[in-house]
Amino acid sequence: MGLLDVAGINVFYGRVQALRGVSLSINPGEIVALIGSNGAGKTTTLRTISGLNHATTGRVVFDGRDITAVPAHDVVRAGIGHAPEGRRLFPRMIVFDNLMMGTYARKDRAGIPADVARVYDLFPRLKERTKQLAGTLSGGEQQMLAIGRALMARPKLLMLDEPSLGLAPILCETIFRVLTEINAQGTPILLVEQNASKALDIAHRAYVLETGSIVQTGTGKELLSSPDVQRAYLGM
Amino acid sequence: MVGSLKQARIAFVEAPIGRLVNLLVILAVLYVIFILAMKVVGQGPSYFLQILTFGVANGAIYALVALGYTMVYGIIELINFAHGDLFTLGGFISVFLLPIFGLDASKAGTAGIILPLLAVFIVTMLICGAINVSIERVAYRPLRRAPRLAPLITAVGMSFVLEGVMFLWKGPFNVPYPNLLPTTGFVIGGATIGVKDIFVIVVAGILMVVLALFVSRSRLGKAMRATAQDQDATELMGIDINRTIAATFFIGAVLAGAGGTIFGLYYNTMVFDLGFSAGLFAFTAAVFGGIGNIQGAALGGLLIGLITALWDGYMESTWTQVIIFAILILVLVFRPTGLLGMRVPEK
Ligand SMILES: Nc1ncnc2c1ncn2[C@@H]1O[C@H](COP(=O)(O)OP(=O)(O)OP(=O)(O)O)[C@@H](O)[C@H]1O
Ligand SMILES: [Mg+2]
Repeated sequence: MGLLDVAGINVFYGRVQALRGVSLSINPGEIVALIGSNGAGKTTTLRTISGLNHATTGRVVFDGRDITAVPAHDVVRAGIGHAPEGRRLFPRMIVFDNLMMGTYARKDRAGIPADVARVYDLFPRLKERTKQLAGTLSGGEQQMLAIGRALMARPKLLMLDEPSLGLAPILCETIFRVLTEINAQGTPILLVEQNASKALDIAHRAYVLETGSIVQTGTGKELLSSPDVQRAYLGM
Repeated sequence: MVGSLKQARIAFVEAPIGRLVNLLVILAVLYVIFILAMKVVGQGPSYFLQILTFGVANGAIYALVALGYTMVYGIIELINFAHGDLFTLGGFISVFLLPIFGLDASKAGTAGIILPLLAVFIVTMLICGAINVSIERVAYRPLRRAPRLAPLITAVGMSFVLEGVMFLWKGPFNVPYPNLLPTTGFVIGGATIGVKDIFVIVVAGILMVVLALFVSRSRLGKAMRATAQDQDATELMGIDINRTIAATFFIGAVLAGAGGTIFGLYYNTMVFDLGFSAGLFAFTAAVFGGIGNIQGAALGGLLIGLITALWDGYMESTWTQVIIFAILILVLVFRPTGLLGMRVPEK
């Protein structure tokens, strides 16, 4: 049993099936990458784990608890932090208030200042902009804030949906460096990425999703050297 | 609605013919203000003070109702056409409760009415809140992800349902509301400021201040602001958006219920379809102040109350509704974000 076990989930949008029997698991301490082309179902997988979407069949078990049918606002309380696709910040709130929204469901209010300091430590840029409206941040800063906001809930598992999307290479580097740092501090990560080489590089294990099904899995290194993956996702 | 209007407005205002129209509108508004000012000066200050008092009292009631429109719009972008009818329903429920709490015209103006009246207010407000939460649950929530027009039409339908129920309950005629408040007042500068006027202004003012503090300070207020900006993200923060939206409908209806009770006590008459016109006035107030903006609704209510009173007092009162709707149209065309509406980056 891993920290998270997804077992054979089928997910539909109306009559369109987005996921076909997807199974994956995450063990404590791991970075797990989920790669796949556009429309493969990566976002749907994360949303289903989060409870924003629900599986018609199959199960999602987190930390020993069946969360298949649990609504999103309770999944956070169970300990899953999700920085969703498109960042989804609160544009009319300042940076600091966005971080505070991340603590909404927390019980230990006393630990909050230390976690704010930790996020500002990981992303010094956010500290400089703490009073700025989130809607006026640059794309990279917004991504930092989205990650920071998810961290503020002190999740037992952090899920990130394309954190490097649209970022300059140098910022990409920063984001991936920070992700390994967060992981080194003890938080397992489920990472959805288009930037497959970077993701496989930092991931302990990875899954490849194609039109709603997992078609390949292995360690990051194995997938990096797999001919199929190289052809389809690494442009080699 | 505001978005597409904005496009139209930009295209319109920037065309040369648009500039001419702008100028004409400004001249027309100035002309109306000038005529009004001449009449105000002509009639002397004590009459003016009288009209102002009346306007502020009326405005306070509009503001209470406008708050419900603005809060619901602010959180789910629904213009809740049934909201004005909850205002009327508040009046009807309280007139039903008065004898139960031992209140009738014989006790008018005595200190003994204070506590029972407070109880009537609270029970009325809670019942209105519960009814609105049920309406949201049954009529609007299932349409949350439907195209915008669907909940809008449903709201219009809900308005008819509520008016129908009140029609069946109390009939088509004016319903007398006992005159419980003292009819005395103070004479200031030749104008009489009634205890009733003060009552309306003070009660509405307290409710609005409590609401503003609650929304800016409480966890629920935070959840409401977050829900207004991004529902999925709000769920991911651990906030139950269904509960938050229900709470918004509850608070809006609580204020409408109080508004209806205040209206009854002030005017001593109600009618089943009062919510139609009062609702449109309050809605105009909400748009005027900037729909979605709580302070804006309070300001808009006050201004609409004053404009109504000035027009009724100095000009042809048959034209008052026309003026109010002209304001609604002008605001929607020239400043859809209203007086205090926020201009925000939406990335
Ligand atoms: N709200 C929706 N309604 C209908 N179909 C949807 C919806 N969201 C996603 N889909 C469909 O489900 C499938 C999976 O979409 P999903 O967003 O999970 O893909 P993805 O792997 O995240 O793609 P991308 O890399 O482009 O973000 C796609 O075919 C998509 O068209
Ligand atoms: Mg996606």
